[in-house]
Amino acid sequence: MKNEMQIKFSALSQNESFARVTVAAFISQLDPTMDELTEIKTVVSEAVTNSIIHGYEQDPNGLVYITVKIEDGFIDMSIRDEGMGIMDVEEARQPLYTTKPELERSGMGFTIMENFMDEIEIQSQPGKGTEIRLRKHLSNSKMLCN
Amino acid sequence: MSLTINLEVKKDVLCIRLSGELDHHSADELRRQASNAIEEYDIHHIVLNLEQLSFMDSSGLGVILGRYKQIKQQHGEMVVCAISPAVQRLFDMSGLFKIIRLEPTEEFALQRLGVA
Repeated sequence: MKNEMQIKFSALSQNESFARVTVAAFISQLDPTMDELTEIKTVVSEAVTNSIIHGYEQDPNGLVYITVKIEDGFIDMSIRDEGMGIMDVEEARQPLYTTKPELERSGMGFTIMENFMDEIEIQSQPGKGTEIRLRKHLSNSKMLCN
Repeated sequence: MSLTINLEVKKDVLCIRLSGELDHHSADELRRQASNAIEEYDIHHIVLNLEQLSFMDSSGLGVILGRYKQIKQQHGEMVVCAISPAVQRLFDMSGLFKIIRLEPTEEFALQRLGVA
């Protein structure tokens, strides 16, 4: 069965926990393990934080859009902003790379997303925004299929 | 759930005990409180107790690394204790264990720094 949800919210840091908790509540119907739930929450937090800090440079007028689809044990997420975009996506993906060291950013966001999800796709256009697509298969969903 | 920050000074060691969720939103407050305490009390070492921390992302790594750099200037060291497997994964991934020592409990951490 296919199931889908969408949320959009202001680019405010207090919405980071709202976003990850909301996504976790939605996917909990797939009965994920605690580890998988933590991974999903962390990944949502990373992508949303990127949109707020880098995409909108903390301008609360910006909006962050999240779509989550679940089907056959797969989770497909899209986390999107209409902010400034990423000039060099390959550079941004490098571990410990950050454009904002003065804000004590660790530069680990994309590395964590890559490690915690099965697939990641980054689409970004300078001046137009960024969309991160993430895909993960849940371990116990195999049992449900059999 | 937000972040609760408990700070205690023992000689030249700052014990930072966190409970709740450490993300970009709560990292700013932790940075402010910990930085002020390090300067005000002439702190050389940090014990970071994460026993009650239920969530952390890369913003947490950033603020921890920032405090490490701060006490490194005082030739001090940072010891982290009681971390969950999830937080340990983030530390492993970022290579933080190369510069920050891990102890099972706060007591061990304080012993290691000679203040227990």
